[in-house]
Amino acid sequence: MQKNTSKSSVANVFSGIFRNQLFIPIAALLLLALFNFIMDPSFFAISFGHNNAGNPVLSGRLITILDNGSELAILAIGMTLVTAASGGQDISVGAAIAIAGSVILRVLCGGQVSPEHLQAPIIVGFLAACIVAMLFGAFNGVLVAYFKIQPMVATLILYTAGRSIASWINNSQLPIVNEPKFGYFGGLIPGIPIPTPFLIAVLCMIVIALVLKFTNLGLYTQAVGINESSSKLNGLNPKFIKLLSFIILGLCVAVAALIKVSRVSTINYSVVAKDIEMDAILAVALGGNALSGGKFSMPASIIGAYVIQFLTTTLYKFNVRADALPAYKAAVIILLVVLSAPVVRDKLSSLGKKLKSGTRVKEVG
Amino acid sequence: MKKKFLGVVLSVAMVATLLAGCGKKEEPAPADDTATEAPADDQSGDDAADEGSSSDKVITVGIINNDPTESGYRTANVKSLEEAFSAANGYEAKTFYSLKNDEQINAAQQFIQEGVDYLLLSAADTAGWDSTLKDAQAAGIPVILFDRTIDADESLYAASIVSDMDKEGQTAVEWLASQNLDEYNIIHIQGVMGSAAQKGRSGALQEKVDAEDSWNIVTQQTAEWNAEKAQQIVQSVIDSGEDFNVIYAENDDMARGAVAALDNANISHGVDGDVIIMGFDCNKWALKEVQAGNWNYDGQCNPFQAPYIDEVIKTLEAGEEVAEKVIILEEKGFDSSITDADIEANGIGDETAPTE
Amino acid sequence: MQNVDFTLCEGEIHALMGENGAGKSTLIKVLTGVYEKDEGEIFLKGMDKAAVIRSPQDAQKLGISTVYQEITLCPNLSVAENMYIARGKGAGQNWKKMNADADKILKSLDIPAKATQQLSSCSIAIQQMVAIARAVDMDCKVLILDEPTSSLDEQEVQKLFGLMRDLKKRGVGIIFVTHFLDQVYEVSDKITVLRDGKLVGEYEIETLPRVKLVAKMLGKELNDMEEIRDDSLVYKEKDADEIVFEAKGLQSNAGIKPFDFYIKKGEVNGFTGLLGSGRSECVRAIFGADRVLHGEVKKNGKKIKISKPIDAMKNGIAYLPEDRKIDGIIGDLSVRENIILALQVLKGFFRPFTKAQAYKFADEYIKLLEIKTASADTPIKSLSGGNQQKVILARWLLMNPEYLILDEPTRGIDIGTKIEIQKLVLKLASEGMSVTFISSETDEMLRTCSRLVVMRDRKVVGELSGEDLTQNKIMSTIAGGDR
Repeated sequence: MQKNTSKSSVANVFSGIFRNQLFIPIAALLLLALFNFIMDPSFFAISFGHNNAGNPVLSGRLITILDNGSELAILAIGMTLVTAASGGQDISVGAAIAIAGSVILRVLCGGQVSPEHLQAPIIVGFLAACIVAMLFGAFNGVLVAYFKIQPMVATLILYTAGRSIASWINNSQLPIVNEPKFGYFGGLIPGIPIPTPFLIAVLCMIVIALVLKFTNLGLYTQAVGINESSSKLNGLNPKFIKLLSFIILGLCVAVAALIKVSRVSTINYSVVAKDIEMDAILAVALGGNALSGGKFSMPASIIGAYVIQFLTTTLYKFNVRADALPAYKAAVIILLVVLSAPVVRDKLSSLGKKLKSGTRVKEVG
Repeated sequence: MKKKFLGVVLSVAMVATLLAGCGKKEEPAPADDTATEAPADDQSGDDAADEGSSSDKVITVGIINNDPTESGYRTANVKSLEEAFSAANGYEAKTFYSLKNDEQINAAQQFIQEGVDYLLLSAADTAGWDSTLKDAQAAGIPVILFDRTIDADESLYAASIVSDMDKEGQTAVEWLASQNLDEYNIIHIQGVMGSAAQKGRSGALQEKVDAEDSWNIVTQQTAEWNAEKAQQIVQSVIDSGEDFNVIYAENDDMARGAVAALDNANISHGVDGDVIIMGFDCNKWALKEVQAGNWNYDGQCNPFQAPYIDEVIKTLEAGEEVAEKVIILEEKGFDSSITDADIEANGIGDETAPTE
Repeated sequence: MQNVDFTLCEGEIHALMGENGAGKSTLIKVLTGVYEKDEGEIFLKGMDKAAVIRSPQDAQKLGISTVYQEITLCPNLSVAENMYIARGKGAGQNWKKMNADADKILKSLDIPAKATQQLSSCSIAIQQMVAIARAVDMDCKVLILDEPTSSLDEQEVQKLFGLMRDLKKRGVGIIFVTHFLDQVYEVSDKITVLRDGKLVGEYEIETLPRVKLVAKMLGKELNDMEEIRDDSLVYKEKDADEIVFEAKGLQSNAGIKPFDFYIKKGEVNGFTGLLGSGRSECVRAIFGADRVLHGEVKKNGKKIKISKPIDAMKNGIAYLPEDRKIDGIIGDLSVRENIILALQVLKGFFRPFTKAQAYKFADEYIKLLEIKTASADTPIKSLSGGNQQKVILARWLLMNPEYLILDEPTRGIDIGTKIEIQKLVLKLASEGMSVTFISSETDEMLRTCSRLVVMRDRKVVGELSGEDLTQNKIMSTIAGGDR
């Protein structure tokens, strides 16, 4: 009898694990790690060195993943909230990054193509980008919340027009920032060997964790996403909550844009952050969050973002033929998304239960 | 002239007002899918007279080009055309910019119906233009191709002023061979697969690598003209610890991304460095990198077809035949021997506010 | 659910009774193939072997049809389309014939609907009848009606019963699930009672008086029942004269005529009238749930402005909405989150309760209202209807309102919970809370309210209190004209 209960409790734990939202993204991460470990253990080597400016730097593929996954992780935060509150996705984040990046360049270069000195402090450029990105977020939010336009359709407007607007902001020029300090945000801060983008991403995660803990953002967005009419009768303003989620996404966009511009001190409006909206939506889906809104898990989305980056880096490592890259990515992602779908998770967890009853039958027999 | 932008449709209206506010008449309006047409009637007569143009007649040209936001190259290209075919020079330009072939074809039909004098065309795609060109021919409108050639019979257009992408690649590869390295381990960063520039620039390198034992490709991937993707590709090679001494990037942006990755990993580059950096397009900033020795080579892709087109039009207007139907632009490659004058003459992307 | 025997004869209306969570729904779902059975067999007439029902399609093929509490038809399709949808006739539908067939069936069943009419333009009752017609047309031998009357008014219920009797004559066996005792005794031949997933017994209707039935359902002896009845029948005349809430000429955009209303401290009053007479619209206007067009509102004699629910909440007014599923529960959220929601919103965005506080509140009310839930973290949607309602009630009680509006708090929940809620209302009022109580069941209103506002055609037509509070008087006021 004792044995029986212990076995079934093991099965219970299993079924609990399958049901946990973090299971799929973490499992995917471990699977990718295991695959790489078997193929080439040096994948995980991290070395310590110096960069060209003589500053200490950690390098290795893991660092590369953390570095390059930063923008996606930051966007996943905003996209999760938008998804939860509005039950739809914003497909204009790539274009919005182009706009925010263009604003940074415009302010810092003051309309010149390659000025010797910054025309304004970096913080001013960043704040301007924040304001502009939040305004565009609000634009999307108003369309969705107040005009009741389906989010994908509403954001299609900016998706189409955004990169042209970005180009217009700088008179179709592609300015370059020559100030080395500006490169810190997308590179390294002297003395700190960890890539700054990752530090910024961690900062964003801490901020959102604190916000979710010390405000009711989480409860309100979920309530609105699950049952708008009921939320309204509980004194919430669903329209404003939806709008708010889009504005927060706008802020995430501005931060991601700062990193993107800083990486190479300039951007190309037509290609910067291309298709990143799809990766951000995927990150949310990989995290097992329902794309139709409602309950969400922020950590799951963020891990989802790093899974996507891990996959990208792995594919680069194996020198997958350039034009075949998207196909591989798609195949792996279909698998992961199907596995993380609530339906499949329920099946897995009932499998766990069957395991339990199976052991019981054996014991009896 | 104040009414220059009146014809602009809503989506560009905002853009246009601001440009007008900058006091630049001939700025390219970065409209994506929309034709920016200058109204013909209210300006033609007096403008031409004021400027004392060489001919009394205003020549109307319909310019169909790719979107100026596509790249720095395109921005320079669009701007040079708009400057050349201005009212001051006795032209009236109707422009349409799009990266989509079908939209371009629609606009071309529109221009033909409006009865422009000449149709200037840089097609998004090489195929699908036959019937449009025949329509133009039937309407007696000479078509002048620029920048990009298309799959159509030579009889269908009056002239073609294009870059030879293959030759750009060959020039670059010849320069690289002249460096006489013992071994060439190359990171090859490609543009958008299938584009003319990518094919031409990749082709020459691939041929050489196939022919020479000492030339190896370490990795060959597309960064789709994107600096960050190029950075990731180079980062991936650095992480894997493979040796390389050449980065052959098919445009300046991607070369820039590659260099950013090298800088982070303390790998020296440029003249006297461990890694040779090669880029294309001759952006002014890129040429400065070459001059400073941070990069080794930048191959030109000449966006300044306007003077040639102007010449062709003048010839045709005079009733003469064009001597050469296909004009290949002269394109150079620059290394550290580059001079300030070279940068001024060939660099694209002005640093100072552009003048008219 | 375990070990339940159930026998249904041809041409019989068989009521399936039990409290929420007693296993009625489970039994139905097994019969219709929604759930798979673990043990046991199902036999059908004319079959010597046990029937295999693995999916709703199997059940349909065997002639078992179900009409659920929630209409499962497509409101944006026509009546005929709804009747013939997904019935394997596939492409090449003959629309004309389909409409003609549909009309024929509708006519033969005396259902006042047209085949080409869009379903959503019919009343809920008609929609339900269309669902039944669909089942009849599929040659069903067993028709399961799960709470068909919960959103119907008295006339509509009578129509539905007529239809049921008609089907009975045609030899259809009907399983009738409901909470309304009157209705059971009106149409049923037999009653099967379930409790806690087990069979209590099967009875001929004549042999089981009401009181006994309730006792069987609750699992209590007759004496206990007497006690409940005593308690719930008593209501006290309120003598406090302090007016807590007052409205003058209030009108919302939901199509009601302007009305006046007041409630005193510790008073329980109610709105009564037929379904759709504007009862809910009135209280929604008070709470600011619909857009208020004009009218003056006073709280404790002071003029206030209520334009949205949060305004009402800030003034100590709570509102338990009529439609639990659409306006009440936040399905995927836990019982705990559902309980604290209103108070949390009132407290403010930047001042969330700690986990510990939230659990304390939740556990307190789970205990107080005897909410049956696995834990405070269980999603509310997995609770039974009655327990969901208790959670929503807990949500508003936690706010400690001065004035509580309960719109149909007892709809679709079991008799035990109904009585509990009525008792609770009286208790709260005795402690000084003002309560407006709305129910379709007049005897519930009579038991709890000391004053009734009567509505007809979206207009207040009368007010009854004291000796006028009788079934007959209410009926005549609703009907219009003092008989």
